[in-house]
Amino acid sequence: MRQLRVMRNVHLGIKNLLLHKLRSLLTMLGMVFGVASVIAMLSIGEGASKDALEQIQKLGSTNIIISAQKPVEDQEISTTRSFMSVYGLLYDDEQRIREVFPAVEKTAPVKLVRKEGRLHERSLELRVVGTTPEWFELVHRRLVGGRPIVARDLDTHAPVVVLTEYGARRLLATEQTIGQLLRIGGDHFEVIGIVQSEEGGGAGIQLPDQEVDAYIPLNVARERYGDVTTRRTTGSQEREKVELHQLIVQVASNDEVESTSFGISAMLQRFHKKADYRVDVPLGLLRQAEATKRTFNIVLGSIAGISLLVGGIGIMNIMLANVTERTREIGVRRAIGAKRKQIVMQFLIETVVLSTVGGLLGIIVGVSIPFAVTLLSDMPTVIAPWSLILSVGISMTVGVLFGLYPAVRAANLDPIEALRHE
Amino acid sequence: MVSTNPESIVLLEEVRKTYLMGGEEVHALAGVSLKVERGVFCAIMGPSGSGKSTMLNLLGCLDRPTSGRYTLAGQDIGTLNDDRLSELRLKYLGFVFQSFNLIPQLTVRENIELPLFYLGYEAAECAKLATELAGRVGLGNRVNHRPTELSGGQQQRVAVARALANDPQLILADEPTGNLDSATGKQVMELLVDLNAHGKTIVMVTHEPDIAAYAQRRIHMLDGVIDRVEENA
Ligand SMILES: Nc1ncnc2c1ncn2[C@@H]1O[C@H](COP(=O)(O)OP(=O)(O)O)[C@@H](O)[C@H]1O
Ligand SMILES: [Mg+2]
Repeated sequence: MRQLRVMRNVHLGIKNLLLHKLRSLLTMLGMVFGVASVIAMLSIGEGASKDALEQIQKLGSTNIIISAQKPVEDQEISTTRSFMSVYGLLYDDEQRIREVFPAVEKTAPVKLVRKEGRLHERSLELRVVGTTPEWFELVHRRLVGGRPIVARDLDTHAPVVVLTEYGARRLLATEQTIGQLLRIGGDHFEVIGIVQSEEGGGAGIQLPDQEVDAYIPLNVARERYGDVTTRRTTGSQEREKVELHQLIVQVASNDEVESTSFGISAMLQRFHKKADYRVDVPLGLLRQAEATKRTFNIVLGSIAGISLLVGGIGIMNIMLANVTERTREIGVRRAIGAKRKQIVMQFLIETVVLSTVGGLLGIIVGVSIPFAVTLLSDMPTVIAPWSLILSVGISMTVGVLFGLYPAVRAANLDPIEALRHE
Repeated sequence: MVSTNPESIVLLEEVRKTYLMGGEEVHALAGVSLKVERGVFCAIMGPSGSGKSTMLNLLGCLDRPTSGRYTLAGQDIGTLNDDRLSELRLKYLGFVFQSFNLIPQLTVRENIELPLFYLGYEAAECAKLATELAGRVGLGNRVNHRPTELSGGQQQRVAVARALANDPQLILADEPTGNLDSATGKQVMELLVDLNAHGKTIVMVTHEPDIAAYAQRRIHMLDGVIDRVEENA
C-alpha cells in the first residue's frame, strides 16, 4: 500500500515534469553537470590508479630500474667523425650496488644488441638481451615452453637463447620450437625456452622487455658482441661503448624502495661523471598517479559540488514556484483528507523525481566525458558500476535535501486560505 | 444527552469564531447553536460577510471554533489534532466548491480517485469505483478527459462525484452553482437532491433563494448568528 502511494506520487511527479518540459530541463541542468562531473571524476581517478597499479604489477613494486641514457653532450658531438661515446652502466655498478645496499636482494644486468635472427629463410630483427637467470625472476613473464637461462649456462658459456612467444611465432612458425638452432648475427644459438611477451609499456616507464627480445647469457653476449657498437650513417659513423644498458634491482620490501633508490642515485653520481643513466621507481608511478588523481578530484569535485549546489537551489526554486502555483491543489487535497505528511511526501517525491531524472541525464553525459577523455588524451578511464549507483544516490539526496523546504511549506499551508488562493 | 444522539450528525453548541483584524476582533460567528439530523438537506443563507463560509469551514473540520463545541458524528472536534481532523474529513466528509477545484493535471477519473487514493485503495479498485462514480454523474464517457476540456457544469458534476467517492456521511457545498448558468446550476442541484433522496446529509451555502429552495431547511445568518430557520412543511 505504501509502495502504491509512492508509485502514484512518482507517476504524478513525472506528469508534472512533462507538463513543463523546458522548465524541468533547465532546472535539471545543474544536476546534470554535477552528476556528470562526479562520474567523470571517479572514472578518471579510477583509470589513473588502475593504470598505475597494472604498471606496477608489470614492473614489480619492489623493483628499481636503472637504464643507460646517452648523455646530452654526446648526442651533440656524435656526428663528428670517429668519435666514440662511452656511457651507460658499468659491470662494476652491479657489483657495487649488491655490496653497498643490504636491502638489495637481486639484480639483473641487461646488455642489449640489435641483431638479425635467422632460421632457414625466416628472419626477424631481434633485440638480443644478454642477462642472467635473475632476469626471469625480476621480470615476471610466464614460461610458455622449455626452460629459462640458468646459472649453468653462464658457467659453461652456453650458446642458448630464450625467445618470446612473438619471436618464436615469427621465426619458427609451424616447426617444433625448442631445440632449434637460431642464427643470431654470425653465431648459432640453441632455443631452450619461450616466454610470454608483454606488449609495449604504458605511461611513465618503459617495460624492461619487448616482443622482439632474445635472451642469452650475459657473458656469451659480451664475448660475441663486445661493448662497442658501430652504426654507419651516410658520411659518418656513430660508435658507442656501453657495458650495461639496464640494471634491474629488487629490494626486500616496498618500504625500502625509496631509500635504496636515493642511495643508488647518490652512489652512481660518484662513479659517473656524466648523467648517462636514469633511475626509475615503479612505485613512484603510483605516487604520480595519486597526485594526478588528487588534482582531478579537486577540480572535478569542486565543479561537482558547485553544480550540485546550484542544481539543488534551482530545484528548490522551481519547487517553491510549483507549490505557489498549486496552492489550490494543496488546499483541495487537504480538504479531501490528505495529512500534512502526505503532502510532504508528494512534493518530496516529486522533487526527487526531478533531481533523479537530472541525475540520470547526468550519468549519460558523465559516461561520455571519460569516453571522450580517453579518445582525445590517451588517458585511461574506468567507469566503475558503483559510481553510477553513487550518482543516483547523490541525485536523490539532493532532491530530498532541497525538496524538503518547499514540501514542508506546502504541507503547512492553511487549507482554507489555500482553497481561497487565486 | 444531545451530543450522543446518533440521529444528529452535526451539533454546534454556542460556537464562536473570532478573527483579529488590525488589532480589532471580528466575530465571524458570534454564538451559533445548530443541529443537523442525518438525511437532511440544509441551506445556509445570508448576506455577504454574515459568516456562512466560516460556518461551513468549521463544519468541514478545516477550522476549529474559538469557543463552543462542535460535535461531528459523535466526536468532539476541539480535542483533535491536525492528523485526526484530516482522517475525519477523509472518512466522513465530501466537499463541493464554488470554483469546482479540480486538479488540472489529472484526468476526470484521477480526480475522482483522489479520496480513494488517500483511503489506500488498490489502483485497480480506485479506477473501477471512479469510473462507476463518473457514470453516476453522467460523465462515464469523459473519464480520460482533463478538467479544462469540460464545461463548468460537467466540472462541477465531476467534483460531486469526487465528493461522493469516500461514501461520506455529510456533503458540504459552498455556493455550488455560483459559477454556473441557471440551466447547468439546475442540473447540479437535481444531482444533489437525488443524493439527498438516497440518504446523504447535505449542508449547502448559497445566497440565491431559488437554489436554497431545493433544500428542506433554510438557515438564515446575519452578523455571525442564526437569524431564523425555515423548514419545508
Ligand atoms: N481569515 C479571516 N481573517 C479575518 N477575518 C475573516 C477571516 N475569514 C472571515 N473573516 C471575516 O468574518 C466575517 C464572515 O466571513 P465569511 O464567513 O466569509 O462570510 P460569508 O461567507 O457569509 O460572506 C467577515 O466579516 C469576514 O471579513
Ligand atoms: Mg462566503
